[in-house]
Amino acid sequence: MSATAPLACKPGDYKSETKPIWCPGCGDYHVLMSLTRAMATLGLPPEQIAVISGIGCSSRIPAYTSCYGFHGVHGRSLPLAAGLKIVRPDLAVIVASGDGDGYSIGGNHFLHACRRNVDLTYLVMDNHIYGMTKGQPSPTTEPDFDTALTPGGSGVRPFNPLVIALASGANFVARAYSGNPLETANLIVEAVRHPGFSFIEILSPCVTYRPDQRAWKDLVHSAPVEATDDAARAARRLMTDDGFNLGVLFRGNRAPYRPATDAAPCDQIELEKGFEI
Amino acid sequence: MSDTPKAGAIDSPATLYAIAYEIETDAVERYKLLAEQMETHNNVELTRIFLDLARAEGLHAEEIRRMSGGLGVDAPHAAAAAWRSESPESADLGMAHYLMTPRDALLMALAAEERALAFYTGLTSGTTDTSVKKLAETFAEEEFEHVELCRRLLRRYPLPADAAGAADAGDPDPPFAVD
Repeated sequence: MSATAPLACKPGDYKSETKPIWCPGCGDYHVLMSLTRAMATLGLPPEQIAVISGIGCSSRIPAYTSCYGFHGVHGRSLPLAAGLKIVRPDLAVIVASGDGDGYSIGGNHFLHACRRNVDLTYLVMDNHIYGMTKGQPSPTTEPDFDTALTPGGSGVRPFNPLVIALASGANFVARAYSGNPLETANLIVEAVRHPGFSFIEILSPCVTYRPDQRAWKDLVHSAPVEATDDAARAARRLMTDDGFNLGVLFRGNRAPYRPATDAAPCDQIELEKGFEI
Repeated sequence: MSDTPKAGAIDSPATLYAIAYEIETDAVERYKLLAEQMETHNNVELTRIFLDLARAEGLHAEEIRRMSGGLGVDAPHAAAAAWRSESPESADLGMAHYLMTPRDALLMALAAEERALAFYTGLTSGTTDTSVKKLAETFAEEEFEHVELCRRLLRRYPLPADAAGAADAGDPDPPFAVD
């Protein structure tokens, strides 16, 4: 009997039967399209991929894929994903989040996930607003963005997640725009293949609470410089860019975190005894 | 949509067939996605229109497959992969809205078809390969027919007099009141 080659999966094979319920026009539809295309390009079967998320519009994405998924606690997707990757290093672990879940509620985990450099791919669908809860300002909302909840704007300076990722030790930093799904898919492929913590900020418009973001498609442009492996240089570029540079901005060469392998195997019964009151 | 396709990268009819097929299958995927969105939001008329558009693009993809003979347009194609560009015929999903009308959908389709026409027309003048040029002209003629079809269909859905200037240019679901 001759050996048969495994059948290559197509993007549609990574989609579940569950239909997305995002608002029509939402950038997250494009991100889902990019993600499934990236998975097909990577050639990994769905059972070798885990998609982990927190809470928010963007965090619905695991349900729309046929891979392993976990829709976790608000802001806690990264520690959950790191734990999974450490015990199942054979899986490709992709983490999905939004600017509220990832930068505010999960902001502290973001810093330490970058620092630990576990081999994860972190996709943050940034729309500069809390869309699911009807439009409160997030950490990336412009200070003068006027809402009923923040008349005249919040007056709070937004932070720069890419600079923070660099400063905290992320090993791969890129920016994408959801409306360019092919380019975004290519970036996801590269991020998954790059060892260590890979972070992609995906500008993904919220057409319901930020219809002005439809203009992003005319503002985004390819980064005018090649990616660097010098974090300080990358940070300087990011501090002065216009927020719409797309592409890989930093490729580090730090070794990813790996747990010590010489530890004694854990006995579950002994472990449970340790928690007995 | 972001990058202008480079004619020089399309150096043979096989490459152009593969790219054309990819463009059409991408269009099918997007229209199906839009149909699903409209179905979720119970916009029955738009669901039907987007499914019809998906079916039309699917037929076009099959036509390209048939024309290409045994070139295997749906197999991974290195030259087509190297042609790193968003599809010129992709419907702009960002312009979707749960209250969009058939007119909005047809305007979306028209814009996509016009981009595809511009792509193939640009290719006819940008290539020196006569076989690529001839094939690009065939595809351009096909896209021109699609553009004309969209324009004819649009005449059935004129802009409502009471919505002049609003539906096409601004918020399709304006608030009743502003705080």
